[in-house]
Amino acid sequence: MSASRLRPALGGLASVPVTLFGLILVTFLIGRAMPIDPVIAIVGDHAPADVIARVRKELALDEPLWVQFGIFLRNMAHGDLGHSVMTTRPVLVDIGRFFPATLELATAAIIMAVVIGIPLGVTAASRQGSRFDHVVRVISLTGQSVPVFVLGLLALLVFYVKLGIAPGTGQLDVAYEGVVPRVTGMLVIDALLADDWDSFWDALSHLAMPASVLAYFSMAYITRMTRAFMIESLSGEYIITARAKGLSATRILWRHAFGNISVRLVTVLALAYASLLEGAVITETVFSWPGLGLYLNVSLLNADMNAVLGATLMVGLVYVVLNLLADMAYHLLDPRVR
Amino acid sequence: MLVQIDNLRIRFPTPHGLSDAVRNVSLTLGQEKLGIVGESGSGKSLTARSILKLLPGNAVITADKLIFDDIDVMSADEDAMRRIRGKRAGLILQDPKYSLNPVMTAGEQIAEAWRIHRGGSRRLAYRAAIDLLVQVQIRDPARVAAAYPHELSGGMGQRVMIAMMLAPDPELLIADEPTSALDATVQAEILRLIEDLVSRRGMGLILISHDLPLVSHFCDRVVVMYAGRVVEELRAADLLHANHPYTRGLLECLPALSHRQRRLAVMQRDPSWLEE
Amino acid sequence: MIVLSRDWLLSETPVSRAQAAWVRRYRGWLQFRTNGLAMVGLVTAAIMIFMSLAAPLLTLQDPSAQDLAGRLAPPSWQHWLGTDELGRDIYTRVLYGGRITLGMVVAVVLLVAPVGLAVGSIAGYLGGLADRALMRVTDVFLAFPRLVLALAFVAALKPGITSAIIAIALTSWPPYARLARAETLTIRGSDFIAAVRLTGASSFRVILRHIVPLCLSSVIVRVTLDMSGIILTAAGLGFLGMGAQPPMPEWGTMIAASRAFILEQWWVPTIPGVAIFVASLAFNLLGDGMRDVLDPKQR
Repeated sequence: MSASRLRPALGGLASVPVTLFGLILVTFLIGRAMPIDPVIAIVGDHAPADVIARVRKELALDEPLWVQFGIFLRNMAHGDLGHSVMTTRPVLVDIGRFFPATLELATAAIIMAVVIGIPLGVTAASRQGSRFDHVVRVISLTGQSVPVFVLGLLALLVFYVKLGIAPGTGQLDVAYEGVVPRVTGMLVIDALLADDWDSFWDALSHLAMPASVLAYFSMAYITRMTRAFMIESLSGEYIITARAKGLSATRILWRHAFGNISVRLVTVLALAYASLLEGAVITETVFSWPGLGLYLNVSLLNADMNAVLGATLMVGLVYVVLNLLADMAYHLLDPRVR
Repeated sequence: MLVQIDNLRIRFPTPHGLSDAVRNVSLTLGQEKLGIVGESGSGKSLTARSILKLLPGNAVITADKLIFDDIDVMSADEDAMRRIRGKRAGLILQDPKYSLNPVMTAGEQIAEAWRIHRGGSRRLAYRAAIDLLVQVQIRDPARVAAAYPHELSGGMGQRVMIAMMLAPDPELLIADEPTSALDATVQAEILRLIEDLVSRRGMGLILISHDLPLVSHFCDRVVVMYAGRVVEELRAADLLHANHPYTRGLLECLPALSHRQRRLAVMQRDPSWLEE
Repeated sequence: MIVLSRDWLLSETPVSRAQAAWVRRYRGWLQFRTNGLAMVGLVTAAIMIFMSLAAPLLTLQDPSAQDLAGRLAPPSWQHWLGTDELGRDIYTRVLYGGRITLGMVVAVVLLVAPVGLAVGSIAGYLGGLADRALMRVTDVFLAFPRLVLALAFVAALKPGITSAIIAIALTSWPPYARLARAETLTIRGSDFIAAVRLTGASSFRVILRHIVPLCLSSVIVRVTLDMSGIILTAAGLGFLGMGAQPPMPEWGTMIAASRAFILEQWWVPTIPGVAIFVASLAFNLLGDGMRDVLDPKQR
């Protein structure tokens, strides 16, 4: 990889600190805009006045806003995001506990979405206007219009309650809890690493439904974009050239047409993965999946601001990183962008 | 006879029913160079592409005869056509900026054409590609083979196209306005290259252009098309003795250096030409 | 003189600017009409809007009237869509809920589109430092995950419809700014803009009267397509307890409240879900159809 190609790719990196700073600032301001007195939240209503005053001083709540922000930044740099009122653990530890589960869910979903969505989009584009194409468009359209939680609830109803083929909510059956040693936090992988096949299958079967529900939405988006890109690509003159060369239809479709859009598709995939993290917030609530989304939601309901802000920052950070990776991928993979 | 076309008719669906784009076109081609001349919309590209059945999906083709060598193109299915395309007949398009695949290197594209029809390993095909680039008179074939189409000039791009289409060693080459997107100085070079390669390999050539003097210079016979019909067919040498008023009009519109003209002639279109 | 007869609308040689505009609109409408799915979207959306607005006329019952003895009843002649967990008529609540949802969407759009347009066109037209600064701000907001940030906003303010609207609006405006800026950059160098500036028009006037009208069609398309997303986000916030609060009949809130009954009385949470789906789908179809007519280049 030549240096000249690397430079514009890294140019995207320069904007990341600014974006991160903005994210942190906004998060901080949200936290300070909270109407609930953080002191009361920690010590309770009936604490004596001097305790309240002491805690107030500790939290530096009487200082001007920019000083508080400075303290916030410094704490962040040391990995101190405060303590969760709910779990009484440091927020950073909580995030470390819950984030892998979300990662597991999102990754499983994106794999399913890509494996099904891309071939679907490519085939639909190659048969534009056919019945197959119409079916694919309907699936895509529905996927964009159904609210995640409705689909999740319906899936639970049909597969768990009525048909009994799916296990209930949560990541594991109660029987298996704590059996597998925690390595990555992603139970499916941890079970594999521990060679515990029973736990593995249990974890996998619990993962199936929430991941499928999430995957449906991603797939709708990915299929739609793939189809649109492919239709554009197939109208290019180089496709006529490829046909004139006597290449097979499959080769033209994948090597030539798809080859031209693969870079843009990478950007789409990065965005899809990022929005999966968001969608996880709702899905985890429906399926009681112990991930960052559930953590965030419960913290919100309990007005546990440190936890809320910590989780928001984490999701925001991943978002920014994914966007950056998508940008870099574009610069590095597309031969036309020099 | 390489190509026999008899009463070819190509129609496209419009909100008002099927509309003729090409009508009642007949021509034949042996191992010679045939030029098809006409303005935009005269149907020359469609006629030539129908030999390879490379028309848009919604085109309706009918013909009494549409034969390539011994194969009935009209009744041939996609598989049969794929055996003709590339291997027995090639097609060069106008602008290599669009007609070459932007994400494959020149060498890869030429090698692909070689391998699909001649087999062999990838390395063999790539070396053959470089060799072909030499044949199309590219001075630095290794560098060009490793380059992407957007890094090549128009002239080089067309040479790559030619190399790519000649790789499988076809019997017929259709060149659809191969020089219209090129500078005037490069145009003559490319045409001479095509002429040279076609003669040496004993191929047939259909050269499509809007440029009458260019076609008459490089081809043996010329077919003049107007509004989807053939209005005249004659040997290139006899061009000055053309009969049809459209052809005569084209000739008269050409500015000449040899004699002074106070005003350039303007083509007078006779609606009766559309009835023929 | 405006004579809305068919001949006048199809005229190839309009005599006034007004007529030319109307001819264009009518042509666009004719083209739109040929798209079956888009028409379905339009009709569905129109019906939904009508039914929501006319809710008091179309329902016989009070959306908050409880009847604990008759709770969780299946659909019957008395209660067309059954009753919810507190005995309230679901049909009535769905219609009134439509008002909330559509009201939220309209409020968001009214906030987002002008702001996005303004930021984008100003940034695109002025260029230089203003452009870079405004785009930095836009990028920062774009980089935020929409739902999560909306959740955090709502948590900080008080959970409720107003906060939800503000939160959604704050996270939805960046794409419009980007869009407006892109369009402005294309138009900025045109000769007619140069001509207007030569006549001494101020930048403000140029932007407002000449650039913004040209950006409008892509913004309209984007708005319509976005509406389905806003409906989903608003319902999502309601479901998570961060949007409209009970006892308001917002569709998402209704689903959250009756979630536990999915097993036996499945229609109680499902019917509002269907309502959300239909609304979102209608705007998707409508937006797709409008895009095909107004801006076919936009994907």
